[in-house]
Amino acid sequence: MSPTQTFLIALRALARNKMRSALTTLGIIIGVAAVIAMVALGEGAKREVEDAFTSMGSNLLMVRSGSTARGGAFGGFGSMPSLTWGDLDAISEEAHAVRAAAPVLQTAAQAQSEEQNWNTNVTGTDAAFFAIRNWRIVRGTGFTDSDVESGTKVAVLGQTVVEKLFGTTFDPVGQSIRINNIPFQVIGVLDKKGQSHHGQDNDDTIIIPHATYQAKIKGGLQKFIPGIIMVSAISAEAAISAQMQISAILRDRHRLSASDDDDFSVRNLSEFASAQQQGTETLTTLLAAIAAVSLFVGGIGIMNIMLVSVTERTREIGLRMAVGAKPRHILAQFLVEALTLSLVGGLIGVILGLLTAGQLARAFGWPMLIRADIIVVSVIFSAVVGVVFGIYPARKASLLDPIEALRYE
Amino acid sequence: MQVAVDTVQLDDIFKLYQTGDVQVQALGGVTLRIAPGELVAIMGPSGSGKSTLMNIIGCLDRPTTGRYSLAGQDISRLDKNALASVRNRQVGFVFQSFNLLTRTSAVENVELPLLYAGVRSEERTVRARAALERVGLGDRLTHHPSQMSGGQQQRVAIARALVSHPHLVLADEPTGNLDSQTSLDIMALFQELNRSGMTIILVTHEPDIAAFAARIITMRDGRIQSDRLQTSLPATATVPSERAHTP
Repeated sequence: MSPTQTFLIALRALARNKMRSALTTLGIIIGVAAVIAMVALGEGAKREVEDAFTSMGSNLLMVRSGSTARGGAFGGFGSMPSLTWGDLDAISEEAHAVRAAAPVLQTAAQAQSEEQNWNTNVTGTDAAFFAIRNWRIVRGTGFTDSDVESGTKVAVLGQTVVEKLFGTTFDPVGQSIRINNIPFQVIGVLDKKGQSHHGQDNDDTIIIPHATYQAKIKGGLQKFIPGIIMVSAISAEAAISAQMQISAILRDRHRLSASDDDDFSVRNLSEFASAQQQGTETLTTLLAAIAAVSLFVGGIGIMNIMLVSVTERTREIGLRMAVGAKPRHILAQFLVEALTLSLVGGLIGVILGLLTAGQLARAFGWPMLIRADIIVVSVIFSAVVGVVFGIYPARKASLLDPIEALRYE
Repeated sequence: MQVAVDTVQLDDIFKLYQTGDVQVQALGGVTLRIAPGELVAIMGPSGSGKSTLMNIIGCLDRPTTGRYSLAGQDISRLDKNALASVRNRQVGFVFQSFNLLTRTSAVENVELPLLYAGVRSEERTVRARAALERVGLGDRLTHHPSQMSGGQQQRVAIARALVSHPHLVLADEPTGNLDSQTSLDIMALFQELNRSGMTIILVTHEPDIAAFAARIITMRDGRIQSDRLQTSLPATATVPSERAHTP
């Protein structure tokens, strides 16, 4: 008997009990749908975390000044300036795992165009900043090292600032704005970055050369950097060695003996990223495990119904054997029935799972990530469930004695 | 066909069952020859061994000892799969309770043995239609068992038994579930099939059904008690050519 015929016989047998077949399949449908939806959701959450960290910058490290300790009260990192401009140069030049380093000096300031004004965040930095933060310039240009050296009054605007000062349609490049009443020329506009993972608006900022910042916006000590140093490691893997190299360079330059604490801090943001990713992966695994349990339960449902079906159809089995069905024909018939139930359930489950994942992703505002491998694995797994749980009833049917089966009431 | 070879040749068949500690002897040395073209009725009270004998003749069961040849082929030592093939090609069954597949058309019910014989779909349909026409159900091809009377259902079952052109048709109480008029119609059909050359063995406990057969074998306690030819047959049943009978 050909596989097609076996399949047609199975379909017909299942169609005779539509309600029962549908209910049996439901277990598998729910199981597979849950697996698909949970994994898609988990992947979405993972991507969300990844995106948040990528938007901060690539393989980012933050170097801050040390803390003051006055009368037992610690002032927090940065309260005592300890990072010098020399430290910055040393980090860029001596640490092999570092791609680039830039100072970041920040303050709030009032910005004005001809029509509007807006209180925003002004960042003084150098030309390397844009690469470190992975921040494209969509219109105009960024500033150069010579702008930084000569302290030219040029500004690169974030999208929010452009919107507030010029509206959404106007091209501000070449226009003049005032920051704390000092005129700056707009030379570029940054790409939109959206919210940081803390919920701050990344685009509500104006970037200017740090020499200009110190001369015109907010001065400071000549020797020390009144802010932090942002560092980009050459790769995600190199972030830890960059961290160690920076620590070694700074300890050496600050002449700290082995017993002294660091007077600075180096935070490796990729550590946070991977920790968060591990968290979401654990969640995904947990959800997928729960979903797999429901698939297993679905399989038991199939076995149960197949056993009932074999008992109910004992006479049919006896008749088929009497007219020439071999044990393997009977085995194949019931196995294909179980397989059909589970496979149809699996396919419906995939569709339902995708729809659910889409709805959930929309509700959470996450990207929906469909992993083709998970779909294939779910369908194969549901087929395996069908075979594993179908083999026992099918074997039981194939071992029936035709005489007793025909006599069965 | 195989005129020289007996369709059924049983030699000293024993069948023993183990029921717990007790050994039951269902058949105690049955020797029997049935020639091609015979119409034989097997009678006997329940427990006489007639069902066991039918199961062995129908290749559903194997004898404990003894030799059984069906149309010249020794089948007493075949395995399950080989027995299934023999049943499929050489034996047609008709049961008391029809045993048709529910919610399945007459044609598809009749096709069933051909399905397991590996016959192609188009040929199956052609042969199933022909078999149904032969039993007078040419106009009921797509009817389901639930849409047919008992007599019609039994005709479908007979068509199913004929469709693989077997050497032998075995009918186990074929009229047990039918009223007397329908029973007579069914027996007339068996006689007609027999006249066209089909070898048929009936199991029945009703004398007026057995009366349709030219030869009546009576079983008792696992042995053949009597084996006699009928001289006066109802209707037009034929007596096969002269036979040697071993009681």
